[in-house]
Amino acid sequence: MSGHVASLQGTVPAAGDRARRSSARVLPGFNLTLGYTLLYLSLIVLIPLSALLLKTFTLTWPQFWEAVTAPRVLASYRLTFGASFIAALVNVVFGLLVAWVLVRYPFPGKKIVDALVDLPFALPTAVAGISLTALLAGNGWIGQFFEPYGIQLAFNPNGVVIALIFIGLPFVVRTVQPVLEDAEKELEEAATCLGATRWQTFSRVIIPSIAPALLTGFAMAFARAVGEYGSVIFIAGNMPMVSEITPLIIIGKLEQYDYAGATAVATVMLVISFILLLIINGLQGWQRKRSAGSSQ
Amino acid sequence: MTSQNNARSAQRGTTEAPWIRWTLTGMALAFMFLFLVLPLAAVFTEALRKGWDAYWEALKEPDAWAAIRLTLLTAAVAVPLNLVFGVAAAWCIAKYEFRGKSFLTTLIDLPFSVSPVVAGLIYVLVFGAQGWFGPWLMANDIKIIFAVPGIILATVFVTFPFIARELIPLMQAQGNEEEQAAIVLGATGWQTFWRVTLPNIKWGLIYGVILCNARAMGEFGAVSVVSGHIRGQTNTMPLHVEVLYNEYQSVAAFAVASLLALLALVTLVIKSVVEWRHEREMKAMAELPPEDPHTRQTTATASVAVA
Repeated sequence: MSGHVASLQGTVPAAGDRARRSSARVLPGFNLTLGYTLLYLSLIVLIPLSALLLKTFTLTWPQFWEAVTAPRVLASYRLTFGASFIAALVNVVFGLLVAWVLVRYPFPGKKIVDALVDLPFALPTAVAGISLTALLAGNGWIGQFFEPYGIQLAFNPNGVVIALIFIGLPFVVRTVQPVLEDAEKELEEAATCLGATRWQTFSRVIIPSIAPALLTGFAMAFARAVGEYGSVIFIAGNMPMVSEITPLIIIGKLEQYDYAGATAVATVMLVISFILLLIINGLQGWQRKRSAGSSQ
Repeated sequence: MTSQNNARSAQRGTTEAPWIRWTLTGMALAFMFLFLVLPLAAVFTEALRKGWDAYWEALKEPDAWAAIRLTLLTAAVAVPLNLVFGVAAAWCIAKYEFRGKSFLTTLIDLPFSVSPVVAGLIYVLVFGAQGWFGPWLMANDIKIIFAVPGIILATVFVTFPFIARELIPLMQAQGNEEEQAAIVLGATGWQTFWRVTLPNIKWGLIYGVILCNARAMGEFGAVSVVSGHIRGQTNTMPLHVEVLYNEYQSVAAFAVASLLALLALVTLVIKSVVEWRHEREMKAMAELPPEDPHTRQTTATASVAVA
């Protein structure tokens, strides 16, 4: 059809360009939609974000450095990134397990379980926070089993990790699941025919083919966990130097009207999340290339 | 026969022994039960700890009502704004080729990776008393930060990419052929959009809207920075939950939280129904017989002839 349209216009562009150019000419609304998109994006996202950067530039370098490397702030980075890393690792293991079971094995109630995976996306973080706290506190449904052994799950870094596992689970499941669904059984059959054991097939054939998706899921869960606030603050206990996450440091500085300090720490977080976003984009590109290559 | 046997042995080779299957399924379900089902169940149990009367009392409180109203208002403004943006962005990104397209797509995703607390902070820096427009707003007696407009702005920011992100890949996959046909046959741009594009993207659109709505109603971090926590005035439902919880009014906190949990459940149900509908439509499309019975007959004859 696009070829027909192009010939109506009497142009004979290069084959690869034909569809693109003809559509640019035939469909109206390009200027309107692009203009509106850029305007709205600037007003809501770009201009406010640039306010953060411009405010940071009003600080001198020593001021900035002192704000972002104070001992209490450094402790919060360690907790935020450490807990996010552990939570994302746990999510990779159990996310792969859940995705695998959902794709490969039949069991009753599968559709409900599948729908439930998205609960952390849909449940407001504050609700998740108070609910996990109620479960894990010393007298909670789960916490009571650990209390006699002197293990505290809530109000310390353990609680932070558990809340972040809850938040990040769907990212890994939902990136791995479609890749597993599209995976070609022929490869596994070939491996089996060539004498591989099931474990060899899994570790040498299946894992490499889903590695990009697993890494993407890991990066997304990690990125979300680093910025997470609502579910963590209820369960963390929020003790300075021990269980205080970086977003809470920003809130604390704001409450003391230390706008410069808050801005400096926020800029560090923003730069890190920007880097993570670029890494995730790169990983997704890798995954697309991988799946395009395998389907040809 | 032999090929069937081969296929069966290959089938056996590509799945695990039953005991492994059951162990893995059991582990996955146990994990889901611990991390997803129990927290959900805990919300309702805690909310009803002192019976239905205490539950209703907590929900009838004027401050709770004010929080519910503010949450609904916020979603009612934020979701349509992002809906219009999402459709416009998806149209220009999916239907045209232009320079910087992938950069624009990355920028649209940006709010997802910004911490909600940072999202709140940037609006304080723009509209707050110390911010760019602070003095001017103060002189004209307009309140944005620690007031409803700030809450709405912060919500718009955190839910910014939801609908665009659902629609862009969907519209890219569908291509431009149908719209081009409509235009060539004389339809205007708006007619093409309403009669051709919109019916094609309706499931993706609903999907994006409900996810956007769930996040808009449930947002906590960003809203908490800009709200000022004035009871009955600038507390949304999640913020009201926090206030009650910190005042050790556990039942009341979980009662309001249970409404948000119900919202999450409704969101999941609608989302699943949309997905199943969409799948069924795709399947039905794939199984559609050729439209002209005459052609079908001839191809059938042809295949018989070849056989």
